[in-house]
Amino acid sequence: MANKKWPEDWQDVTPGCIVFEPGSASQYHTGSWRAQKPIWDNTKCIKCGVCYIYCPEGCIIEREDGFFEANLDYCKGCGICAHECWPLAIKMVEEG
Amino acid sequence: MIEIRWHGRGGQGAVTSVELLALAAIGEGKYAQGFPSFGPERRGAPVAAFNRVDTERIRIRSGIYHPDVVVVLDEGLIGLVNLTEGIKPNGILIVNTSRPAAEIKKILNYSGSIATVDATGIAWKELGVPITNTTMLGALVKVTAVVGLDALKEPVEHRFGRIASKNLTALKRAYDEIKIH
Amino acid sequence: MGIRKGMEIALAAAEAVALCRPDVVAAYPITPNTHIPEHLSDIVAEGRLDAEFICVESEHSALSACMGASGAGARVFTATSSQGLLYMAEIMSIASSMRLPVVMALGNRALSGPLNIWNDHSDIMSQRDTGWISLFAAHGQEVIDMMIQAFKIAENRDVMLPINVNLDGFQLTHVVEVMDFPTQEEVDEFLPVYKPFASLHPDHPCSMGTLGLPEIYSEATRAREAAVVNSKKTILKVWDEWEKRFGRKYEPIQSYKMKGAEIAMLTMGSMGETAEVAIDALREKGVPIGLLKLVLWRPFPYEELKKAVKGVKSLIVMDRCVSFGGPGGPVASEIRSALYNEAGCPDITNYIFGLGGRDVAVEDFIKMIDQVRLADKKRPKEHYEFYGVRGE
Repeated sequence: MANKKWPEDWQDVTPGCIVFEPGSASQYHTGSWRAQKPIWDNTKCIKCGVCYIYCPEGCIIEREDGFFEANLDYCKGCGICAHECWPLAIKMVEEG
Repeated sequence: MIEIRWHGRGGQGAVTSVELLALAAIGEGKYAQGFPSFGPERRGAPVAAFNRVDTERIRIRSGIYHPDVVVVLDEGLIGLVNLTEGIKPNGILIVNTSRPAAEIKKILNYSGSIATVDATGIAWKELGVPITNTTMLGALVKVTAVVGLDALKEPVEHRFGRIASKNLTALKRAYDEIKIH
Repeated sequence: MGIRKGMEIALAAAEAVALCRPDVVAAYPITPNTHIPEHLSDIVAEGRLDAEFICVESEHSALSACMGASGAGARVFTATSSQGLLYMAEIMSIASSMRLPVVMALGNRALSGPLNIWNDHSDIMSQRDTGWISLFAAHGQEVIDMMIQAFKIAENRDVMLPINVNLDGFQLTHVVEVMDFPTQEEVDEFLPVYKPFASLHPDHPCSMGTLGLPEIYSEATRAREAAVVNSKKTILKVWDEWEKRFGRKYEPIQSYKMKGAEIAMLTMGSMGETAEVAIDALREKGVPIGLLKLVLWRPFPYEELKKAVKGVKSLIVMDRCVSFGGPGGPVASEIRSALYNEAGCPDITNYIFGLGGRDVAVEDFIKMIDQVRLADKKRPKEHYEFYGVRGE
């Protein structure tokens, strides 16, 4: 948010408030608010993908090896993944 | 400018009549308006429709309250609707009826000019249905010469397609048979 | 040059729109406007117009579909009246803020309460603040001319705004009269293919209909207001071109017999035509009266109004709508506001009449004018008056 630049002059507002830069929402690293982060114990993980489905931010990614991890640029540490994980493979730990 | 009011029942084609007349006048290079009494109406309910015809551009867009001519497509409306309301003193009433003109004038308490023709009879014979809108157009044109008889040909043909010639026959018959009293 | 044809004005409006080659028509029928979308659907079905006719289930969807299509770069058209317009109301402001050139034919009809399908201006007045360009047609020729002009105005890169063409329901929509129709070639020459400022396409993605935080909303709104105000320049240019091509002149305010006029009446829409006949009758009697017909409602023509009323001592403003508990008629209140600071601002009388299809004849205009010009000085100067209301 610190990098957000608003037009200095109303004349510079893009007509229709159209945003031409695609995917610009990804510049906003919501992960900077985080107080806790999810850690996966892959000895317990059964690769069901429930954490991936439930993440409200959509920032849990499936790795090549089939296990999951959170993209820490966007993970806000809400803990829903840990709450929903049935094998209890996810633990929320304090941000260091 | 001539102002005409038509009386009919929903489904008898009064609105078609005013459209055909307007198109005929426009085809002759005149100016015209054709419009119904505004609003929804069901089949059989009394309706009115209106025409204005002039050689100059028509600017009045209000309703017609003092018609020069009143055309009655269905004599069953006598007693139901005030057919002669507002008609100009030198105006003329054109009625589809087989009854004597004097009788109609008496019932309507009307002392102005009147023309009558048995349009229903003509329509039954020529069209096979008692729809008198095109028939009465012939009567109107003979009485008022608001447009030439030929001017109606193209609008009728365009509107009625296959059954246009029957309608033109009925129209011509009323043109010939209308009696001004 | 032009094909002289007699036709019902609503059908003519549809024919005029078809000449403009819209890509998408999304509309829902409502009396008295029904013939416009209905006839367009016939034209598309007959193959005379290559367009996508979307039979939406509501007016809300009609305008939404138009916006989506316009966002994708299509030329779009919709039509509605009254309650249908209110059903679109949620989207009206959005179409303007997204700078999408949606063209709408509005068959003016009274807003419900009680339910009424006949003509007055309450529908458009309820949407006057939504940032659309608004034109008012007084007769059939103006309707078809404005339908075609509307696309050119709206799509201009200096405008990019939705536009509504207002035609009185029944009074205009349901009347058969003669009009001069431009040919397809003439319209193609006048109206180029639409080149959108931006369009939703995977090859060049963008976001439309974005969220605007408090940090930007004021600036965005200010920019939008500037766009609406500045659109007048383009409107005048388009009208200039129209006059050169078709010989018919359009101005934000049309004057009739205003030379030497001390009294002026101001009308919008088809009532202006009937009013002209009243003005003629009064001029015959030597009354120094003229008529002003407001054609451009939004953006409001301040300069033209000030010029038009120079020398006028008494201005009678006709409204077919009332703003409940407010300053009376919307047109009069805007005119009062426009002339407030002007030296020699005329005395303004506001009549509210012709509501819900109540007919207004030549005699009524004469009565209203006489009431004002022959007024006893002691007659209380009302802020606004209802005319023709029983018991009033």
